Parts: sequence; C-alpha cells; structure tokens
Amino acid sequence: MTDHPIFSVRGLTKAYRSGEVEVLALRGVDVDLFEGEMAVLLGPSGSGKSTLLNIMGGLDHATSGTVSFRDEELTSFSDRQLTLFRREHVGFVFQFYNLIPSLTAWENVALVTEISKNPMAPEEALELVGLKERMAHFPAQLSGGEQQRVAIARAIAKRPEVMLCDEPTGALDSRTGILVLEALCRINEELKTTMAIITHNAGIRDIAHRVFTFRDGRIAEAVVNEKRARPPEVSW
Amino acid sequence: MSVLDKKLFRDLARLWAQVLAIALVMACGVATLILAIGAYRSLEETRAAFYDRYRFATVFSGATRAPLALKSAIASISGVSGVELRVVKPVLLDMPGMAAPATGIAVSIPDHGEPAVNRLYLRSGRLPEPGRTGEIAVTEPFAEAHRMAPGSQFDAIMNGRKRTLTVTGIVLSPEYIYAIGPGDMVPDQRRFGVFFMPRAALAGIFDMEGAFNDLALRTQRNADLIEIMDALDRLLGPYGGTGAHDRTDQISHTFLDNELIQLRAMASVIPPVFLFVSAFLVNMILTRLIALEREQVGLMKAVGYGSAAIAWHYAKLTLVVALVGIAIGSLAGNWLGRGMTRLYGEFFSFPFLIFRQSLDLYAIAAVVSAGAALAGSTRAIWGVVSLPPAIAMQPPAPTRYRSLFSQGTHHLRIFSQLTIMAARHLVRWPVRTLLTAFGTSLAVALLVMALFSFDSVAFMVDTVFFRTDRQDATLAFGTERSPRALQTVAAMPGVLKAEGFRAAPVILRHGHRERRLTISGAAEKPELSRILDKSLAPVAPPPVGLMISDRVARLLHLQVGDMAEVELLERAHRKVQVPVSAIVESYIGLAVYMRADALDGLVGDGPRLSGVRVSVDPTRLGELYREIKRTPAVAAIALQGLSRERFRETIEQNITIMTTVYTALAVIITFGVVYNSARIQFSERARELASLRVLGFTKGEVSGVLLIELGAMVALAQPLGWLLGYLLSWSVVRGFESDLFRIPFVVERSTFAIASLVVIVVAVASALIVRRRIDHLDLVRVLKTRE
Repeated sequence: MTDHPIFSVRGLTKAYRSGEVEVLALRGVDVDLFEGEMAVLLGPSGSGKSTLLNIMGGLDHATSGTVSFRDEELTSFSDRQLTLFRREHVGFVFQFYNLIPSLTAWENVALVTEISKNPMAPEEALELVGLKERMAHFPAQLSGGEQQRVAIARAIAKRPEVMLCDEPTGALDSRTGILVLEALCRINEELKTTMAIITHNAGIRDIAHRVFTFRDGRIAEAVVNEKRARPPEVSW
Repeated sequence: MSVLDKKLFRDLARLWAQVLAIALVMACGVATLILAIGAYRSLEETRAAFYDRYRFATVFSGATRAPLALKSAIASISGVSGVELRVVKPVLLDMPGMAAPATGIAVSIPDHGEPAVNRLYLRSGRLPEPGRTGEIAVTEPFAEAHRMAPGSQFDAIMNGRKRTLTVTGIVLSPEYIYAIGPGDMVPDQRRFGVFFMPRAALAGIFDMEGAFNDLALRTQRNADLIEIMDALDRLLGPYGGTGAHDRTDQISHTFLDNELIQLRAMASVIPPVFLFVSAFLVNMILTRLIALEREQVGLMKAVGYGSAAIAWHYAKLTLVVALVGIAIGSLAGNWLGRGMTRLYGEFFSFPFLIFRQSLDLYAIAAVVSAGAALAGSTRAIWGVVSLPPAIAMQPPAPTRYRSLFSQGTHHLRIFSQLTIMAARHLVRWPVRTLLTAFGTSLAVALLVMALFSFDSVAFMVDTVFFRTDRQDATLAFGTERSPRALQTVAAMPGVLKAEGFRAAPVILRHGHRERRLTISGAAEKPELSRILDKSLAPVAPPPVGLMISDRVARLLHLQVGDMAEVELLERAHRKVQVPVSAIVESYIGLAVYMRADALDGLVGDGPRLSGVRVSVDPTRLGELYREIKRTPAVAAIALQGLSRERFRETIEQNITIMTTVYTALAVIITFGVVYNSARIQFSERARELASLRVLGFTKGEVSGVLLIELGAMVALAQPLGWLLGYLLSWSVVRGFESDLFRIPFVVERSTFAIASLVVIVVAVASALIVRRRIDHLDLVRVLKTRE
C-alpha cells in the first residue's frame, strides 16, 4: 500500500426518490483510498456502503460532491465515459456472482479479456483463483464458491487498478468463504490491486488495512488495523 | 373483484404492448376469416337469389337459324321448365364522344310479357315497347359508363345499317353479371354493353322473323341435364346448332365460380396462418410470465388456492388477449368486407349486393381464435399447476447449456464470447427458435405471394400483347366472308398490315373427355397473331394437325401424336379425327390452332374468313374508326391496345389493393413475432445484459447480443419464407387457372428481395423498440436481486 490516493471522495451525497419520500443514502462522505490498499466497509443495511461503492465504480450518479479517480473527476463523466472507466479500470465482484450461464468458466473470463487493453490469459486468471482444472465447466456445473472464484478471476483478468466487492462471501459457507477471501488477498498482494470489500461479516475486518464503519449515510468510524489476519484466521 | 382478478388487470396493464402485439396477429386471423367467408357468402347468396328470382337459365345453345315452331318440341323435352328462343346478335356501337367503336350484344326479349328465362331487373325507366322502333333497355354498367338515362340515344350498326337507338330503361341480367367484350381480358364498361330489344323489332332488323339463333332453358330440379342437352342437339342439329352447354361454359357464371373458389381458398389458408402464429406467441409470453411468477404460484398454492383456480387465472389472461384480438379483428373484417363488396360492385352487376353480417360468422371466428389461444397456453398453464407448492416456491433449476462443439470453443477464436452467448441461447431452445423463424417466414411468404403477381402479370402482358397478339385491332365479321374481304380491310385507311383468320367452334374430344372450344385458323407464317411454343419462341403451324395449348392438352389428356376427334358445331356436327402435332403456350382461353388451309379443308367449304387482324398507323386511327363504323360486314371489334391498358389498369388496381393488405398483414406478423421474441429474450436475460454493462460493455455491444439472436432467427426465416412463398404463389396460380385464362408462374428475384427487405426493416424496428429498454437497464437493481 502506498500513500498515493487512487480514489478521493469529497462531500458525497446521494438522494433517491422512493415513491413519495426522498431517501438520503449518503449524507456527505469524505474518504481517500490508497493504491494497493485493502479496505473493508461495514455497517447495517441501508447505511450507504453499497451506494458509495456503486458511485465509485461508475454504476450510479452522485447527487452532490465529487469522486476523483487519480486526477479525473468521475462525477462529471458521461454514461459512455463511465462505461469505458469500468471497462479499463474496475473489477467487480457481487454477492450473486453474476456469471453468464451460457458461457463456460473460461469463456466468462475471456468475455472480459476480449475487450481489455492488457489482460492476462483467462487460464492464468483462473489459476490464480485455483480453478484451472474447472475452466471448461458451465456455471450451473460449479459450486457457489467456485462460481464466485470464477467471478473474481473475471474481475482480475483485465488487471484492474481497483476491485470493488459487494458481499463477495455473502452467499457462501465459511469454508468456501475463506477460499474466496484467500483469492482476494493473494491478488491484493501479488498484483497490488486496490480493494474495497463490503461485508456484513464483522470477522472479515481483520484482513483489511483499514476498516470503515457506516451509519446513516456517513462514515461513523475509520480504523487502521495494526496487525492484519490471514483469511484462515478469520472467525466466521 | 377478487384479488386474483386485480392481479390479472395489473398484469395486463404491465404487458399491454405484448398483449396488443399478439391481439393484432390474432385480429388478422379473425379479420381475414370474416372477410373471406363473409365475402364468399355474400357473393354466393346474392348470386343464388338473383339467379332464382330472375330465372337464370341452366342450359344454353345456339343455332344459325332455327324455326320458332321448334318451341313446343323443346318445351316437351323431359325436365324442361321454361324455354326462351331469342335472337342474339353482335353489333358495333357508335357512342357519342368516343372515337373508337364499342361492341355490343343485342338480345331479344318477348314483345309481350316477361321472358320465361333470364328475366331482367329493371333499375330505372321502362322496358322498350314493341310498336316503337329503336327502343332498347341497356345494362347498367354500360349506361353508367356513358352517363345514359332513359331518353338517351346512340347509334348502332345493325346488320350493316346505322340505326339510332333510344334508351327506355336501365336493366341488369343474371346472364351478364360479369360481362366481358370480345378480345378483352377484364370488363370494360365503356367499350362493351348489352342491350335488349323487343323480338319483333330485332328479328326485323336481322331478317330473323319466325326464327331464332339462341336458346336458353330452365330445367326442373334434379333434371338430367346431359339428356336434355342431347335432345336439344338432336333438335337443333339440322339448323346449324352449335351444341348445348350448361352453366359451366357460361362465362359470367364460371367467372363468379372462380371468384368463389378463390375466396374459399383464402379462408382456408390465411386465417390458420395467423391463428397458428398467435397461439405460438401466447405460448411464448405465458410461459415466460409463469416462469417469472413461479414463486408466487407456489405461495398461492401454499395458502390454499387450488390448481383449477390458478389455471383459470392464467386462462383468463389468455382469453382477454383473445377478446381484444377478436374485437379488433371483427371491426377490421367488417370494414374490409364492406370494401371487398364495393370492389365486387365494380366488377359484377348485381341488382343488390350486401356484405352479409351473420352473427354465426363472428361466433365461429371468436371460438376458433379463443380456442387457438387457449391451445397455445395449455402447456404453460399445465406446467405451473402440476408443480407441488414446495417446489414451485424454490427458484427453478438453472438452465443447462452445452458446448456446441465437444472440444469447447476456446481453441476456436473466430467468434466473440457475445456471439457464443447468443448462439448457445438459440440452440438451448431449438423449438422456440425454429417457431420464431417459422412465424417470421410466414410474413416473408405472404409478401412473396402478394408481390409475385406483379411479375406474373407483367410477364403475361408481355407474352399476350407483345409476343402473341401483336395486332392493334381485330375485326370480326357478322358472317364468314370470302378471302376477298382481306383486301378490303387492307385497303382501309391507316391499315399497315392485315391478316385474316378463321374461327371454327367445335367440340374437341379425346376418349371420354371433351371440351367446347374454337379452332383458330392461322396464316402459314403468322406475323400479327403469333403462336408460341413452350419456350415462347414463335412457331409456324404445320400443314396438318392441331396445335393445342398446354391446358387443353392436360384437360383432354392429349399428347403430340394422339388423334383427337373434332366435332364441327356449325357443320351438322360432322366428326373428323385430327392428329395433335404440337403443344404450345397460351394464357387466354382454350387455344387450339390449325393452319388456315387445313382448317378450310376440315370444314369443307373452301377458304372463308371469320375476321381480320390489323396493325394500324396510330395517327390515322380516327379515320379507320370512322371507316369501320361505316362497314356493314364488321360485327365486332377488339382493340388490343385499349384492352391491354384496361387490363393493366384493372389488374394493377387489384394487385395494389391486395399488396397493401398483405403487406399490412406481413408487417403485423413480423412485429408480433419479433417484438414478442425480443421482449421475452430481454426479460430472460436482463440480468446477463446488466452484468455485461457492469463489466464495461457499451450499450451498443450489449444490444448486439439480442440483435445477433434475433438476426439469426430472422435470417433463418428468409430462405424458409422464400420457399413457402414460392409454394403459396404456385398454388395461387393453380387456383386462378380456368378455361378463361391462366396466369404464368413467374417469381422474379427482386420479389424475394423486396419481401425480405420489408420483413427485415420491420424486424429491426421492432428490435429497436426493445433496445431502448436495454439503454435504460437499472444496473444496480438487477445485480442486487437473485433471479
């Protein structure tokens, strides 16, 4: 981890209209993420962590405030620029994997490498998550943990600078969850990819450099881990 | 209202576009069914009523000159219920404001009382009175074309003398519902008319006192027509009897029969296409809707709703779709039916013609359409009611895909992963893919069927008017003349070339098969009216033997080298065996040719001419017309140029109407199939498409996945549609084929191209409507939900 911020978020707010009422999902968030950092975002449902991640990943627009990625202000990007930003810089991992069911593991990864500038080979990405042997299988033929690792391989294959993971272990049991966390840590260490991981599982906080706790659309607490744990040490 | 019904209405409101797309397809089926059957019934029943009330004859015959004294002998033939002995003569008409002579038929009516057979419907005025010379009643279309009313006058050349005729009444006759002039292929109300004159007056003009040359009989129900015709032939034989025939050889009747056959064919082909497609579409959207609502259905079952209640809920949705389709289709069918009836009004002369609005027709259409929709929904509904609630509440098992090649595709780097996605999806649901392609192909086929008529008619016009009958006019003599008449005609002003011909009415027989037709005697090397072989190259008639058209050959099972029996109708029914020397191409009538000298030899009275064909200097047409109107020998004239134009106009008008209707139908099918197919795919794959957007694919690239799939199905539909269209067109040509004319079967490549182009444009437009939904995908929401 360096002390160069890759993301700078300033005064970020996000309001949704939900029927008659307006919901403030983010009420002024200021935060920096540094290159190579692994950040864990904790907090109850509706506290604003997913909204922040979606805006940082270019999936959603802010109501006010700015998000800068290196020297570029994402909040002023058009839809098309955001698409290119996602294509070139960001890897996503979601709770429900979101693999394409009609493509094999290898093809799901190749889907991304085909449109990237400097990708790794799909089989290399699958090897990093320990799935080289399963690459000819379709998602329906893989377990939940394996599917999530294919999703991670797909996210890293383009060598993204950031990975945004929304509940990556939310649908998994502890044994498979640990395998997935190991894959994420390995990528963070070997490829120096910046990571932001949302979780409901407080035990996962121990693997992070920093832990942000959200409450009511704000960051209530930011804690630096003096000593990080290895995934197998995480209490589930 | 029950809660389930509230859900039904909300589902309908949400799915309105798809419901409407299906309802429109169904409406096409309902509309074409009502149109075809409604028009069939209206034409059939009107004709039957007209025939019955105005005593249309069942047997017809002619003679050169037979005595009226035969009447009692004819009336006493067993089964005959009415006899009308008439004088019927062709005449040339000199119509005010028209340079070209018109052709008419003068028909006698009894001096007193109504005719026993073929009565007249009096539209306005009165029937002519026997004492007053020159009084006539004319048929309505001719009167309308010349804006005649009772009191109008015009000149006619009758038996060589010009006479002024006064119209006293406008009439309609069951004999001339469809009235067509000599040499014409479609009715021309300006150039051809029929008029009726009291018997004494007409017989006086044509020296037919105490005699008749035409006969119409009405027979009792169940009478043996063959026996009556035989008896009639025996009686008329000595007087130049031309042979009796029944209604099948009566032009007006046969033409109407053909129209009825076509309507019946339309009713049995087009509506089923639409009902099939709508059943498929109902199946497609209901299957998807139920898949999305699977967990809700499980829940409903868990709280105590029975399978029947749930099945009925979805059946009601289907029925609402059907009701919307039936309502739109009934209105459209009614509107089209009225239009069709108006069109019939232009072609056929009925005293009344109404589009029949029978309730049972709508009921049949409604039951058939609702039945088709329910049939389409059965599988989907059964699938959901048969699931136990506990299983229904769980998400369905994930779809299993297969590699298209056993090795997997990552060694084949030809296709992008997006293309592979599309291909696997297509192959995963092969029945749906094929049915979608088949549905779209029906649209292509309908268009090919509508458009090919342009090709065929263009080819027919070219063949008939530019390769075969190249004369500008055909003059027919009242009675046969000696060959000197040719010189007289050739010397007329403006005549560039003249070619005589002889026409001999005969019965041609081969085994037990026979047909009444005319043998045309042709010059040794005909230049104006040519004979074409099967490859459309002009051929010269051989010194002996008959050249028969393809249709005659097929009807009588004749081949080159066979002997055919020729029975000469105007020569005491003498029978001669003549060999068939060639089979030739002809689209009009039942053409049989013979070299003129051979025909003269066959008839046995030396060289005679029935008429002359001429080519004319167009700048001197007026002079020629004036001369013809002064020439007593000319009884009728056919003007090929005007006939051609009239044919083109009429046919083009009809084809344009037909093409418009069929294009609309094809557009609706394409839209219904492609739009629904795109919506279903979008619904099934929204999650995948959103994932692609998150991964950094642009809107265009993501839309590409759907467009590739739709494109593949639409592409597959093209060759299939061409093939189906080709077959349908062929059956249309066969359906049109009659003894009056047949249409050559020609489908140009451009027709296939235009049909495909229309379908592809509509498919692209339908897909683009769905593409807008891809542009507005809510990425965050889609990814947060589990399917």
